[in-house]
Amino acid sequence: MKQAPISTSSEWTFELIETYDREIGKIAESYGLDTYRSQIEIISSEQMMDAYASVGMPLGYHHWSYGKQFLNVERSYNRGQMGLAYEIVINSNPSIAYLMEENSMAMQALVIAHACYGHNSFFKSNYLFTTWTDADSIIDYLLFAKNYIDHCEQTQGIDAVEAIIDSCHALMNYGVDRYKRPYPISAAEEQSRQKEREEYLQKQVNDLWRTIPKPEQSEAQDEQIHFPSEPQENLLYFIEKNAPLLEPWQREIVRIVRKIAQYFYPQRQTQVMNEGWACFWHYTLLNDLYDKGLVTEGFMLEFLQSHSSVIYQPPYDSPHYSGINPYTLGYHMMMDIRRICEHPTAEDKHWFPDIAGSDWLETMKFAMTNFKDESFILQYLSPKVMRDLKLFCIIDDDEEKDILVSAIHDDSGYQTLRENLAGLYNLGNREPNIQIVKVNIRGDRSLTLKHTQYKRRPMADSCEEVLKHLHRLWGFDVKLESFDGDTLKQNFQCPPKKEESSAPETPTIIST
Amino acid sequence: MSYIVDRRLNAKNKSAVNRQRFLRRYRQHIKKAVGEAVTHRSITDIDKGEKISIPSKDISEPTFHHARGGVMENVLPGNKEFTAGDHIPRPPGGGGGGSGEGQASDSGEGMDEFVFQITQEEFLDFMFEDLELPNLVKRQLNGSDAFKTVRAGISNEGAPGRINIVRSLRSANARRIALTTGKRKKIKKLEAERDRLEAMDSALRDSAKIEALNEEIEHLKSVIKRIPWLDDFDLKYNLHAKVPIPKSKAVMFCLMDVSGSMNQATKDIAKRFFILLYLFLQRNYERTEVVFIRHHTSAKEVDEQDFFYSRETGGTIVSSALKLMKEIVEDRFPVGEWNIYGAQASDGDNWNDDSNTCYKVLTESIIPQCQYYSYIEITPRDHQALWEEYLNVKAQHPDAFAMEQIVSAADIYPVFRELFQKKES
Repeated sequence: MKQAPISTSSEWTFELIETYDREIGKIAESYGLDTYRSQIEIISSEQMMDAYASVGMPLGYHHWSYGKQFLNVERSYNRGQMGLAYEIVINSNPSIAYLMEENSMAMQALVIAHACYGHNSFFKSNYLFTTWTDADSIIDYLLFAKNYIDHCEQTQGIDAVEAIIDSCHALMNYGVDRYKRPYPISAAEEQSRQKEREEYLQKQVNDLWRTIPKPEQSEAQDEQIHFPSEPQENLLYFIEKNAPLLEPWQREIVRIVRKIAQYFYPQRQTQVMNEGWACFWHYTLLNDLYDKGLVTEGFMLEFLQSHSSVIYQPPYDSPHYSGINPYTLGYHMMMDIRRICEHPTAEDKHWFPDIAGSDWLETMKFAMTNFKDESFILQYLSPKVMRDLKLFCIIDDDEEKDILVSAIHDDSGYQTLRENLAGLYNLGNREPNIQIVKVNIRGDRSLTLKHTQYKRRPMADSCEEVLKHLHRLWGFDVKLESFDGDTLKQNFQCPPKKEESSAPETPTIIST
Repeated sequence: MSYIVDRRLNAKNKSAVNRQRFLRRYRQHIKKAVGEAVTHRSITDIDKGEKISIPSKDISEPTFHHARGGVMENVLPGNKEFTAGDHIPRPPGGGGGGSGEGQASDSGEGMDEFVFQITQEEFLDFMFEDLELPNLVKRQLNGSDAFKTVRAGISNEGAPGRINIVRSLRSANARRIALTTGKRKKIKKLEAERDRLEAMDSALRDSAKIEALNEEIEHLKSVIKRIPWLDDFDLKYNLHAKVPIPKSKAVMFCLMDVSGSMNQATKDIAKRFFILLYLFLQRNYERTEVVFIRHHTSAKEVDEQDFFYSRETGGTIVSSALKLMKEIVEDRFPVGEWNIYGAQASDGDNWNDDSNTCYKVLTESIIPQCQYYSYIEITPRDHQALWEEYLNVKAQHPDAFAMEQIVSAADIYPVFRELFQKKES
């Protein structure tokens, strides 16, 4: 039963957007996609550049780094080096999706399917998002943060605030809790409790740094106090709670940056899945529209053209190559899961005995809900996708003369390839593993961090710069020791050691 | 069902503050870039924005990350020729090879410089900062057209400060006359009637009627009295209108000594001075032409490139340039049509017996035709004969002549201030 197409021209109107949204929504519902309500906002390209610059936050505090980002985007865009993304979608409730006014009707429909049903359902269901972020309160919290920082700028001066934010940004990736669910954020509560917290925090800090010796403690005992009692990986949290010299407003800013880092943490871990899921659904939903006769061939051609450019993967030796395109990988894997469920081959039955031939929708929803990029690839990357993308794995060991091709897309390589690719998406491997291991609380108050090397990878020189920032927050000497196993490989210190005292020193290895 | 919101009308400059923060933070870099741009640009081209580039390393935001080294594994797409166990020679220089973690530039473009555009207004701001211009002047240079307010008749509405008293009272008077004429005529008639009655013999006098007439007269008089002396709609206001100050044509003569004693630094200071003057003229006149005259022992009209950057040697005869300027004015710029501005830069060197000639040419033919003539001497040394002669010129024409010694760029402004003070008076 073919229906008349919704529209035939490429111009969009608000009524048409509404109609398309309704039709796409109906199909999405028939697949049982669970979404937040969407808020579709039509914006101009200038506004899109603004949205870009604020890393997708609908409102953010002021900082020069966003200005830098903006200038960069503006320049590339004006030079025509870069097209703007067709959409930005924000993990909030209602979920905000931006549509650019320059887009044609087909593009708007694509964006609605991609953002308002694809990403939106991902945000609502994936375990990382449901566990770690609060879609209901993020907008309010951002508003609170912006107002608070504005207020600080007025009372403390722009430079002082900027310095603290600079330092916090440098450590932003080390401001997340990885293993425990963060306390839900709420702007109203933040505001009411912020004063209270200020006083309480300051009191605790003061207690830690109490200099009056407790009479009943013996000297020997004093020596042994080990603080923190366990290594800390959330550097910003540790700073917020324990840095001796920070003022209350500075602690609050550390907290704000930390909360925002926490909010973005799941996005960094689910790029492939998130984009793959959204691409899969815009492809499926729009094809269903076409099958129902609601859109024309012209519409589909335009859609397919931009769809295929989004999921294009340049080969490794192309000048356009810049890593594996998460859209390509994600889309291929999602499509492949459906294929395995619907038309399994003998190979699939061997590799995926539990999903081959099962209900595709249920299987895909399970995969979407319960994995992150690393585990998703480890679980679902099939030999067929590896063959299609012609993946191969190389090992670049600085102790060897040549780069070794360790596995390619063949029977003996599939398993290695899969593990290695998953490893690339493991934040734990990608980012240096750095923990706070010791604070000299009875002596010079110096802070010691330990970098545990992964496959002998050293710290980059930027480490010294970051330590300067950490030093600004901590207020006393900061050291970073980089260990490969038990051997000290690199040693950074801020402020740098003076010439005289650079006499060889045996590193004390802190067993944890 | 989704909400659909049209946000296109919302402010689009959400990032303006962040952009300002960025400019603020990298002030020093931008100022340096602007300084360089000034020397590379043409005077008449100064009215545009500028591309600023800052070394990327100065604006990077550091984070902890791995350096190359150790064991790096990578998975790449698009295998064509490799099989497991192949050895690939490591690409030289460590870069490329595709096994870095996003360190290398991903576009073909180099990433060493962060390049961005600033607007013309920002460009001028940065340029003026060196010159220590006060804000008023900056606004005049940067800014919108100049207006003057002129009277544009009378209006019924306006601010209390603008009440036109004469007109208001006149109109009140007219209203009062208009509103009372009939009544006063009637009073006159009634009074005549009453007088007639009163004049009659007392026996025949009808006192009741007189009483009635008197009452009516009183009533009419009280009605007249109740008419307000000044009413709201009597008030008249002077109407003022903003009219752009009429603009016309100006020509600016840039005269510069290019003899061997003028070095490039001196020329750059001179250039800034010329730029300022040019901007000023451009704001105030509809059309501004620039004539460049350079001189050593003889003067020559040249284009801008030659003016600032060609090298000449030899002695200095300043009067040659003045004479040429005089000829050009007579030839091409009739004084009736053109506002003529002269700006001369030199290091003060001149042949001694020539300075007197300069004095003559200036006072007799040039200054009488000029709106303004300014002379800057860019030298840290003592003055020479030319300066002394020019002091005499200044004494004779204090309104149209300014001279100043300049050692650094910040000294340019005082000369300029005189020009503005003159404009305001």
